[in-house]
Amino acid sequence: MKNLTVRNVLVAALVIFLGLVPVIAQMTGNTFLMTLFTRIVILAIAAVSLNLIMGFGGMVSFGHAAYLGIGGYAVGILAYEGIGSGFIQWPVALLACAVFALITGALSLRTRGVYFIMITLAFAQMIYYVGVSLDRYGADDGLTIYKRSDFAGLINLSDRTTFYYVCFVCLMATCYLVYRLVNSRFGMVIQGARSNLRRMRAIGFPTYRYQLTCFVIAGMLCGLSGILLANQTDFVSPAVMHWTRSGDLIVMAVLGGMGSVLGPVIGAVALLVLEEWLPHLISIVGEFVTGHPVGAAKEYWALILGPMLLLVVLFARGGIDGVLEKIRRD
Amino acid sequence: MLLFIEQSLNGIQFGLLLFLLAAGLTLVFGIMDLVNLAHGSLYMIGAYFAATFAALTGSFVLAIILALIATLLVGMAIEVIAMRRLYGRDHLDHVLGTFGLILFFNELVRLIWGPAGLSLPLPSWLNGGFEIFPGVYYPVYRLTMIVVALVVAALLYLIVMRTRVGMLIRAGASNREMIGALGINIKLLYTFVFGIGAALAGLAGMMQAPILTVQIGMGENILILAFVVIIIGGIGSIRGAFIASILVGLIDTVGRAFMPDLLSLVLSPSAASSAGPALSSMLIYLVMAVILVVRPEGLFPAASK
Repeated sequence: MKNLTVRNVLVAALVIFLGLVPVIAQMTGNTFLMTLFTRIVILAIAAVSLNLIMGFGGMVSFGHAAYLGIGGYAVGILAYEGIGSGFIQWPVALLACAVFALITGALSLRTRGVYFIMITLAFAQMIYYVGVSLDRYGADDGLTIYKRSDFAGLINLSDRTTFYYVCFVCLMATCYLVYRLVNSRFGMVIQGARSNLRRMRAIGFPTYRYQLTCFVIAGMLCGLSGILLANQTDFVSPAVMHWTRSGDLIVMAVLGGMGSVLGPVIGAVALLVLEEWLPHLISIVGEFVTGHPVGAAKEYWALILGPMLLLVVLFARGGIDGVLEKIRRD
Repeated sequence: MLLFIEQSLNGIQFGLLLFLLAAGLTLVFGIMDLVNLAHGSLYMIGAYFAATFAALTGSFVLAIILALIATLLVGMAIEVIAMRRLYGRDHLDHVLGTFGLILFFNELVRLIWGPAGLSLPLPSWLNGGFEIFPGVYYPVYRLTMIVVALVVAALLYLIVMRTRVGMLIRAGASNREMIGALGINIKLLYTFVFGIGAALAGLAGMMQAPILTVQIGMGENILILAFVVIIIGGIGSIRGAFIASILVGLIDTVGRAFMPDLLSLVLSPSAASSAGPALSSMLIYLVMAVILVVRPEGLFPAASK
């Protein structure tokens, strides 16, 4: 029973909970829970994909939200032009992400460290402004998608439960793929390049090609998240590509823990649930302390979340997952 | 041609504003090796302070001076409370921690000043046009901004290159252990540098305040431009930041002014007018990407590292 640690039990419980969200929502009649967790599961895919390059590959991308936008816009634009079939939309979206990742990755990987962070940001900003300039497709205001991707009657994405499980399966598949990748020879080379690039090169690995491949895979996985996000909100706008969204994704990965494949999933759940429930918590605590309802105060959740992130950085290295890991060792 | 001169002046003015923001950022980045995303928050706080003090005292100049001191103090307080603990950590930790600070400050400002924006009215003596060429008028205030920013840039250069404190700052940038071992109070030096950076960011914010509205999140987009500037210029190089900020300011402003006309040659007028500003914003990032591809460490990499 070596694997039965606190961390593993909690992570397993989280995954089972995510799998049962529609059942719980049905039983409690809480439809908002479904909306929230569909969003969480979708963004968790993006965070896991970011962690593939950031946590395992050491390539800190500050422009990962670009792929959310590219995936979303591919679906939105095709739907707008009358091509509603998911069999066309999804591959086109993924291909667009792959091409963007290939071009920007090839250029970005020439730089290191902070310069890499900033050049990925630059490319994401370019795509952001492309979105803003798309006059035909709503420009700044965004593009409403009137019909979700159509899979010839096989899967009905408009059904909330079906859609949730599609997202959930995508998340699980992404995690499995990343897990297999990281533990393969390919993943070893990627992690080796993170630890010591020069040594990996000296051994004779063409690290550039490995890193670029990794970058493209991560971009496509994030594109999948973008496709799902556009389908969930029935809407896509340049705002999904804003640099603060890339920041959110980094926060998810670092908060959850970059050391494991499932860390970012924990981070995505933690961040988005906190965002949603901190306001309620504040109003409850506020009412308890002051003795009367504090309606206005509950808006100020970021006053708590902001310093909390700072505290996580300062005192909980390795994020939530890292803290859970430590429980076993003590 | 007149339009071109006016837009070029606007571009230089915007570039100098960016320089004020970027100078603090590049000092902190180059010396403490700290990625400070919350620098934009200090820009915002400076503007809020100026608007508040102007409403309280009724004097524009007094408000600017008081707001500068206040921003300097806030910056030093942030350094002592939070930033100090982040030195020597991974850049990713900086990004996460200071991202948290952005959330905190945006919310704090909302709590103190409310969600609606403020405005900082210009005094009448700054509110006219100045004849730069016969028949060509340029707003006095924008001209004042150019002069103030140039004076600050010159002062900064003198402080960093010609004074003892500046010598210590440069020494700290090239070898912080050594300067600590020589008995210099490096903690105090860092607090000072961070405070100066904060005050410069605040100055940029309060100078921009009469032109734009003072609002929450006003520092976020310009912060990214400031990062672009210090990356193009080379991290830690004030000279690089100066040249890069003028370059970025000119590209942004002149592109915004002329791109729609240029595009209307190939596109319909409405499409051109909506795509123009976006494309000129894109142009900056394109320039940055090209520069990084050709020179992966910026135009003027700091000599030390």
